[in-house]
Amino acid sequence: MTTTTDTELLKVQNLKQYFPIKGGVFGRKVNDVKAVDDISFEVKAGETLSIVGESGCGKSTTGRAILRLDEPTAGQVEFGGKDLLALSKKEMRKMRKNLQIIFQDPYASINPRQTVRQILSEAMQIQDVLPKDKREERIKELMKTVGLGEHQIDRFPHEFSGGQRQRIGIARALSVDPQMIICDESVSALDVSIQAQVLNLLKKLQRELDLTYLFISHDLGVVRHISDRVLVMYLGKIVEIADKKSLFDNPKHPYTKTLLSAIPVPDPTVEKEQIILKGDVPSPIDPPTGCRFHTRCPFATDKCIQETPELRNNGDLMKDGHRAACHYIEEIESGEMQPNY
Amino acid sequence: MDNTNTIIKVDNLQTSFFTHRGEVKAVDGVHFDVPAGKTLGIVGESGSGKSITSLSIMRLIESPGRIKGGNITFNGEDLLAKTEAEMRSIRGNKISMIFQEPMTSLNPVYTIGDQIAEAYQIHQGLSKKEALQKSLGMLELVGIPSPKARLKAYPHELSGGMRQRAMIAIALACNPQLLIADEPTTALDVTIQAQILRLISGLQKELGMSMLLITHDLGVVAETCDYVAVMYAGKIVEYADVTTLFKQPKHPYTVGLLKSLPRHDIDQDELQVIKGMVPSPDDLPEGCRFAPRCPFAREMCVNSLPDLRDQEEGNQVRCWIHTDEWDGPEVNVKDDYDYGYRTVEGTES
Repeated sequence: MTTTTDTELLKVQNLKQYFPIKGGVFGRKVNDVKAVDDISFEVKAGETLSIVGESGCGKSTTGRAILRLDEPTAGQVEFGGKDLLALSKKEMRKMRKNLQIIFQDPYASINPRQTVRQILSEAMQIQDVLPKDKREERIKELMKTVGLGEHQIDRFPHEFSGGQRQRIGIARALSVDPQMIICDESVSALDVSIQAQVLNLLKKLQRELDLTYLFISHDLGVVRHISDRVLVMYLGKIVEIADKKSLFDNPKHPYTKTLLSAIPVPDPTVEKEQIILKGDVPSPIDPPTGCRFHTRCPFATDKCIQETPELRNNGDLMKDGHRAACHYIEEIESGEMQPNY
Repeated sequence: MDNTNTIIKVDNLQTSFFTHRGEVKAVDGVHFDVPAGKTLGIVGESGSGKSITSLSIMRLIESPGRIKGGNITFNGEDLLAKTEAEMRSIRGNKISMIFQEPMTSLNPVYTIGDQIAEAYQIHQGLSKKEALQKSLGMLELVGIPSPKARLKAYPHELSGGMRQRAMIAIALACNPQLLIADEPTTALDVTIQAQILRLISGLQKELGMSMLLITHDLGVVAETCDYVAVMYAGKIVEYADVTTLFKQPKHPYTVGLLKSLPRHDIDQDELQVIKGMVPSPDDLPEGCRFAPRCPFAREMCVNSLPDLRDQEEGNQVRCWIHTDEWDGPEVNVKDDYDYGYRTVEGTES
């Protein structure tokens, strides 16, 4: 969005989310799933930052950890200058007024026994955003904002289609007037024609209400459409972060390149070079040493097996703010290193 | 579409579900054929009838559903006239199918090897030992690493991509003439999807199979299909070879679908949308089924259903705009498609 300012609304530092694996006779912790392993990034007020990656890369876990739906193992999360992890449960609940989330499956995240009116007024009541007598009006206004009719106000979730239910989820998030919304695969379950409607709605709302989005998705088409900046994750680590244009037109990490080349293009005349990776994503229980992508990377060397690459920028090749975690950005760019499939 | 080397021909297929709310016409008069060695893609959104079409070919429609009418001719034989026993010798042998979620189609209590071997034992009468030997070959063919160990693995021990490879191995074991792939990569991550699509296309060429690919993903269609049928609310609305379909789409629904797709390879400002939603199959519009959502719809569209008609380019379109009867202004569907361009009275939701 053009309204992007440079103030950081959300700042995540060294965030770790480990889930213990219990085993043995005594149910002791035997290992951890390192779902998110030491990541840092910030989201500026008014922008959309997307987190992309494949299943198990930690993108949803990151979203949940920020909201403390799962308590993070370590790290810092600052929202509007406040340290979220230092808040009490009660304070955190209050804080969620400003920081909302919309999930993938709206049917699983709204109460099937409540009408739309109840769903929306409950959210407002909990966060105490409006005096009671003004809520009715606000509900009607919200329905209109998300493109639902006033006559649908007393209907139950099962009376709506998937796209409409997602609109209810959006209305609920908006009902408390948040500054930021985390969208966790919010359009993934929808058919394309409906997905486009919801994406356009999200964009319109951002313009009108000055919202900040953290948009979590596996769909790079959707991400290109909605984001200002994009962050790519692989096995719990950030491998690349950049403004949208740089990421799609000038990707630097071999994983980002592979991901982009793997998406089928809806145009049979496009001849593209497809990089096909060997094997699957390794398990996050025992992630590979060094660069986590080395087991599948066509450029990997001994150094990649031993040393974990830091996110870095090379000013000659990359724009400001574009960083990738690869030892060999320069060598790959110059052609000095050739892929070994 | 009149190709002499047709492997399967579907003619006026009608499959309905008879529920307490009345008849639901899931597939309503579908025609297509798949030329030998080629891939036909059937695209559509949820509820368009694409999966029911493929299940009808396999005769896997269960009560309250029933194939109400039409013909399905496979290699000159009428599939709808076959007995259940005859169908069983065709399924998994001459026509195979792979589904979206391999975990639900694999048997969790048998090893991968047993499940592939079963196909050989049933259809070719091989002994268990011979069958396992051949299964090993299949696992190698579909690119499963250390195939010998995997023969003894259970489905839960494999990753999603590996399971789908195992499914493909089972499906291709008896060298079928037709492979029906119903959303084969929808549950997979893109990097794995790319592997599986490449594998399927490669094997198809190698083994000379024909393929019917059911998908909602236009990208997958563009990369793997030779011909495409676009389905909407139980009917085919457009049929064309893949290049023509993407270059010169003619039906407003196809155009809307292409324009509402967010692309990762080009910049788009605003996404076009298709307004409203798919009609419920137990309450279909009388005229053109897309009319309530179509920006070009006129009275004639609301009142009467157009046929699927041949076009100059060899494709077929079910739309009044492309007929002589069209009584509206001249329209170039691809260029003029614009949300809210015109609305039919009373259909605005």
